[in-house]
Amino acid sequence: MHDQISAAIDAATRNALLSELAGIVPAAALLTADEDLKPYECDGLTAYRQVPLAVVLAADESQVVAVLRACHRHGVPVVARGAGTGLSGGATPVGNGVVLSLAKFMRILEIDPLARTARVQPGVRNIAISEAAAPHGLYYAPDPSSQIACTIGGNVAENSGGVHCLKYGLTVHNVLKLRVALIDGDIVEIGSAALDSAGYDLLAVMIGSEGMLGVVLEATLKLTPKPQVAQVVMASFDDVIKAGNAVADIIAAGIIPAGLEMMDKPATAAVEDFVHAGYDLTAAAILLAESDGTPEEVAEEIAAMCAVLEKSGARDLRVSQSEAERLKFWAGRKAAFPAVGRITPDYLCMDGTIPRKHLAHVLTRIAELGEEFGLRCANVFHAGDGNLHPLIMFDANVPGEIDRATGFGARILELSVDVGGTITGEHGVGIEKVQQMCVQFSREELEAFHALKAAFDPRGLLNPGKAVPTPRHCSEYRLIGSAKGATT
Amino acid sequence: MSDLTEQFADRIRAASGPLCIRGSGSKDFYGNAPRGEVLEAGGHRGIVGYEPTELVITARCGTPLAEIKSALAERRQMLAFEPPSFGDAATIGGVVAAGLSGPRRATAGSVRDFVLGVKLLDGEGRLLTFGGQVMKNVAGYDVSRLIAGSLGTLGLISEVSIKVLPLPMAEATLRFELPQDKALDLMNRWAGQPLPVSATCWADDSLTLRLSGAGTAVESASSALGGERVADAAAAHFWTSLREQRHAFFAADGDAAALWRLSVPSIAGALDLPGATLVEWGGAQRWIRGGSSDAPRAAALRVGGHATLFRGGDKSAGVFQPLDPVTQRIHRDLKRSFDPRGILNAGRMYPDL
Repeated sequence: MHDQISAAIDAATRNALLSELAGIVPAAALLTADEDLKPYECDGLTAYRQVPLAVVLAADESQVVAVLRACHRHGVPVVARGAGTGLSGGATPVGNGVVLSLAKFMRILEIDPLARTARVQPGVRNIAISEAAAPHGLYYAPDPSSQIACTIGGNVAENSGGVHCLKYGLTVHNVLKLRVALIDGDIVEIGSAALDSAGYDLLAVMIGSEGMLGVVLEATLKLTPKPQVAQVVMASFDDVIKAGNAVADIIAAGIIPAGLEMMDKPATAAVEDFVHAGYDLTAAAILLAESDGTPEEVAEEIAAMCAVLEKSGARDLRVSQSEAERLKFWAGRKAAFPAVGRITPDYLCMDGTIPRKHLAHVLTRIAELGEEFGLRCANVFHAGDGNLHPLIMFDANVPGEIDRATGFGARILELSVDVGGTITGEHGVGIEKVQQMCVQFSREELEAFHALKAAFDPRGLLNPGKAVPTPRHCSEYRLIGSAKGATT
Repeated sequence: MSDLTEQFADRIRAASGPLCIRGSGSKDFYGNAPRGEVLEAGGHRGIVGYEPTELVITARCGTPLAEIKSALAERRQMLAFEPPSFGDAATIGGVVAAGLSGPRRATAGSVRDFVLGVKLLDGEGRLLTFGGQVMKNVAGYDVSRLIAGSLGTLGLISEVSIKVLPLPMAEATLRFELPQDKALDLMNRWAGQPLPVSATCWADDSLTLRLSGAGTAVESASSALGGERVADAAAAHFWTSLREQRHAFFAADGDAAALWRLSVPSIAGALDLPGATLVEWGGAQRWIRGGSSDAPRAAALRVGGHATLFRGGDKSAGVFQPLDPVTQRIHRDLKRSFDPRGILNAGRMYPDL
């Protein structure tokens, strides 16, 4: 377990800030009572909890600016929060800090079908954007599995992906412009309605910055024409390695599938029981490969993928014969996390990305580590882009199991770094993986991150203690193996 | 090829004044005039890793763009942002530092969209690694994409990893005789439909459009859109000449005359500016030739875009659109954080960076 992050604030400062906040928002929008703060004590990473000093439910831009100014003046940390669906503790409150909820910013301000853009407030849910764009034959491409609940502000903070990002990109590829409030209350527009802007690409820095550089007030997003049709092939393999090689073979054939996902046997077993997607439960792994586009294009690509998959040793192939069947095949994949949640009291979701050629080695090591730690693990894999989600199952009520689970998880992340990958592909570092940052980055690189943050937030008040560890933090973290951060 | 990173680092550490990082010099014309002692980066070259099935190529900064393109072509892959070279010797480091993308940009994405990782020597000569060779990576701030287009002002790109894509199975180029406003409207409408458009160009009352993708998709879009089909060899020549600015539009006045690049929302109507216009990127990039005033800057700003004095003209007022005060402050602080002594490509982008 990590230590909770807490700021040292004296009583006088606390009282002064609270009375200022009370002057900014109506009483109902300022939560300070324990029972009101409780729902905000964690995000989707429920293993870490911290009650904040206060939660402010801002309703407009002027309130956000006033809250930030007040906190800045008093030196009190601020954690911005959307729907709280994040999986790495990016929205876990800071003790004695303020949680700034953007939940009331839920308006879609404009859909421009000719320009193919949507201008939305940060609290708008991901899927609501695609729903609003649908009448124009457009949609917002990034589709994280939490898309029915997660908000665009959170997607920007985490640079969220989804199952279609190999072809359509991540959040960073689909945002044109952000209106952002800095900690001192200054407002800055980053990016533009054009395809680029003068100066540095600040948009690239802001997206995925885990709420540590600014608070998103408004986002202009790129909309994509909805493909006419989509079809998916489900391939069964009697060997996980064969399935991994089949992915490489598809790419080598010059095909970029719209989606390319793999699940191992423990994952399909959990899922099938839950959603009855028709998965082959005797297979060691199944692969879902989707094609989208014009009917001719899809027919051509599906035929090509089937040929490749057969040659790669798939023992069974099923092509979706209707939209309903396609959605059924995907329903299993999209429900993988909750499905695993049903068969275990608790689970930890890892998020490393690896060069795909090391898949066999990594999966073998994960199985060995599972034995070593005495815990079960199901693997769900964004195979096209190498992003692996091992789901470590445990029971927090059994003494010692949570420590074993986090230990197991840490080893998987370090393994990802060892093979040339990264500790997080799309869920963010947050509070969960902050220690493993010491493995992936050197002291100098971490210093560069801190210096970059200081250009936006010199006093370090936005979401402190997350994402980028201090050198001291790293020297306290006993490194396992010969990590490059050993210089700290 | 020898690894010159340590040599570069020594040179940066020892520098007492501005250093001008230079690959082949093919883009010396771009940005504010280079100044300081030249640090030749072109000798640090070679493809370090290329994994076609992982869609990633990693190369040292001095690797010629041409070498990378031919290595990719052998495996039927490409740099999807279709970078211009502006000279046979252009290096990949220069491509990333300049951040310029070609005809495919509006649909495929820009340089920064494809940068996955960099090894960077900062202004103190420290070698820092950001990002990596994988497609999805959110550990730490996305510094590698920030470096794309930063004109060497934040560090010397020693090595870069770039996402690559398969070459399209088929391509077709169509031509339509149309006035500018009609062409702008059509480009925007087509972009809203699921058509495999990969590039557009309007000049001299003629709209040229390229389709790329699966053979069947290209053929069906081609017959649905109509227009005159341009022969393959002529089409390839056209898109290359456009990318390299050897198209007649660019050649007309010579290198000394002002060439403005306007980056604007694609739906902005025809801009009322003196001088000839060439439109690319579905309407989002407009080239304006001639004229000595800074009217293009005001015109771009009016529609929510920005203008760059791309070539020639009078650079004394600066090449890039001025920044608002808050953005300017962030730029200065970022520059200071990577290059505290302010020696790397000083002034190339803005006078105070």
